[in-house]
Amino acid sequence: MPIFANIAYDTAHLLDTFVLVLSFALLYQRRLFAVLTIYAWQALCLAAAAAWQAYAQDAPHLYITAAIALVFKAIVIPLALHRIIVYLNIHRSIETALGIGPTMAVGVGLVALSILLVLPVTAAAGALTRESLAAALSVVLLGLLMMITRRNAVSQVVGFMSLENGLILAAVGVKGMPLVVELSIAFSVMVAFIIFGIFFFHIRERFDTLDIHDMERFRGEER
Amino acid sequence: MSPVHAILATPAAAAVLFALLPGYRLAARLNVLAAALTLAASVVPFFARPATTPFLLIDDFNIYLVALTAFVAFTTSLFSARYVLHEVAIGRLPAGNLRFYHAMYQAFCFTMLLALTANNLGVLWVAIEGATLTTVLMVGLYRTAEALEAAWKYFILCGVGIALALFGTILIYLAAQPVMGSGLPAMTWSAILPRVGAFNPAILNLAFVFLLVGYGTKVGLAPLHAWLPDAHAEGPTPISAVLSGLLLNVALYAVLRFKMLLAGNALAVAPGPLMLAMGLASLLLASFMLYRRRDIKRLFAYSSIEHMGIITFAFGMGGALANFAGLLHMTMHSLTKSAIFFAVGHISQIKGTQKIAEIRGLTQSQPLLGWALVIGVVAIAGLPPFGVFTSEFLVLTTSFARQPLLALLVLAGLLVGLGALVLRLQGLAFGAGEGGRKASPAAMLPLFIHFAIVLAAGIYLPRPLVAWFQNVARLLG
Repeated sequence: MPIFANIAYDTAHLLDTFVLVLSFALLYQRRLFAVLTIYAWQALCLAAAAAWQAYAQDAPHLYITAAIALVFKAIVIPLALHRIIVYLNIHRSIETALGIGPTMAVGVGLVALSILLVLPVTAAAGALTRESLAAALSVVLLGLLMMITRRNAVSQVVGFMSLENGLILAAVGVKGMPLVVELSIAFSVMVAFIIFGIFFFHIRERFDTLDIHDMERFRGEER
Repeated sequence: MSPVHAILATPAAAAVLFALLPGYRLAARLNVLAAALTLAASVVPFFARPATTPFLLIDDFNIYLVALTAFVAFTTSLFSARYVLHEVAIGRLPAGNLRFYHAMYQAFCFTMLLALTANNLGVLWVAIEGATLTTVLMVGLYRTAEALEAAWKYFILCGVGIALALFGTILIYLAAQPVMGSGLPAMTWSAILPRVGAFNPAILNLAFVFLLVGYGTKVGLAPLHAWLPDAHAEGPTPISAVLSGLLLNVALYAVLRFKMLLAGNALAVAPGPLMLAMGLASLLLASFMLYRRRDIKRLFAYSSIEHMGIITFAFGMGGALANFAGLLHMTMHSLTKSAIFFAVGHISQIKGTQKIAEIRGLTQSQPLLGWALVIGVVAIAGLPPFGVFTSEFLVLTTSFARQPLLALLVLAGLLVGLGALVLRLQGLAFGAGEGGRKASPAAMLPLFIHFAIVLAAGIYLPRPLVAWFQNVARLLG
């Protein structure tokens, strides 16, 4: 059994790391279609990670999560977004608020932060749980970073979806978590709504900035 | 069938019905009926407390919030019926959109009530996510560029917020799992609360930070409040009323549940200081921002941030008296602010604008609505004899007794906010009215019911109600 346990650990760890590396890959893409491709790969790795956890933990319901990730996130969403980009004729290249170099540096910092945060805190939990939680938190934070540094609605949404991938990764990594399937369905509904929103309301650019003054000018609240 | 099922099934069934029903006039009436039925069902648990199930729970804490939510949802449906018919009549809203509007109104009520009665942390999260989705759709109802921007911003900010809250929820499960074993009990509120003392405190701490930031975004706490004024200003006014009056409370309720969890573990960090800081920041920021508002709905949206700040501050202070004040203030703010939005909705319909500068002398041109607005602003500004004064006074006295320096800051924030509201009120309500007297199409009944309750609470709180608030305040720790 110890050899088998090691395989379970190593494989899960490998798949988690793939998801994390693809999060970094998302950060340095300059073209929208490339972002979608990377996102699809990330969802595929997530599906593999969930399926592996289903097998390793002997929790068959996680196969459903894996199936959702595979069908919905790795195939349907990238295809839908691809069509929307073509249909709405959105700028294919990405404007970034922060250069690629600094973004990557901040990203590395975030990964270090999540390792420093999660590993000491979860000392009592199993090694597998701890490390996949650290990887998952890194993916969540990198998703946030992507949302902050991109000026275009579609790449913001992709950032949000990769953040969500991190959450699902955390949920499948924690042993025996109930309702994972329901939670991932709820999240998928939300993502579907966002994409529907982009399509329906023709949202090409992110028009909001979080700067209050800009908003007030837009809304006629200036003095 | 237990009463909780009736409370949840009524709005859920109504939402499905309204989605299928073509006639909007009938739907507007049935919307009132459905809300009334939900209200009737929400009173039943006071007499026959339903048993706790793995997914649903009614306890001393949420029983009154369920009733308050059902009540405000009912009075808002009365206001909404009059409001939306006028919007259709002036052509601002296509009649076809109303089918969607009424279905979403009931779906929103369902998600809020589900969040309040959920006994499972996962169900709580799904319900709050659902509440976000339904309100996003309604904020964008007018399809103007501003409305869509507000909806998009609301969506992205609160989406990130609830994503962080989910991470916090997963961490809570991680803390519970070694003690409770794998599976459903480790996420069931009523099962984990008695045993939280044995959980790993470090994981609980980390989880609480995520939960506070995550659900705190939905409460509208600074610095995560950016979505709130836009969402209130650009959506239909009945939605502003339920957002301010109910949804903020529901999100705060989620935060308080987790605060109770941390309070049950002696080794975990005290959640109070974090909440104090966020509450105080919201109060001070919002009260200064009130001065620069040019839009009447934004003005009161910022006032909501201010009041959620006060409430969060009170719960952060903790202890029986401060918690009592927080609970009372939640109730009073919910009733007063929704009533103000009823008045503001009618006013902006009559005047055809939301710009403060273009609304003048309301007490002359629309005496009933004008004076209702005056009463509302006096009440929300925390002047006696209204209930908001009682709760703010309690918050101040307890904080003076325990943290005099913080209390001075709270007092400063309250006075600055009061000044801003009085300043704006002068222009809005007094002086020469424009356009002469016009017949008012307003539905005044819900307004007066709310003000009557707030006034009554300011003068005399019934003894059973006090005893019960005190009991809940003790539970909150």
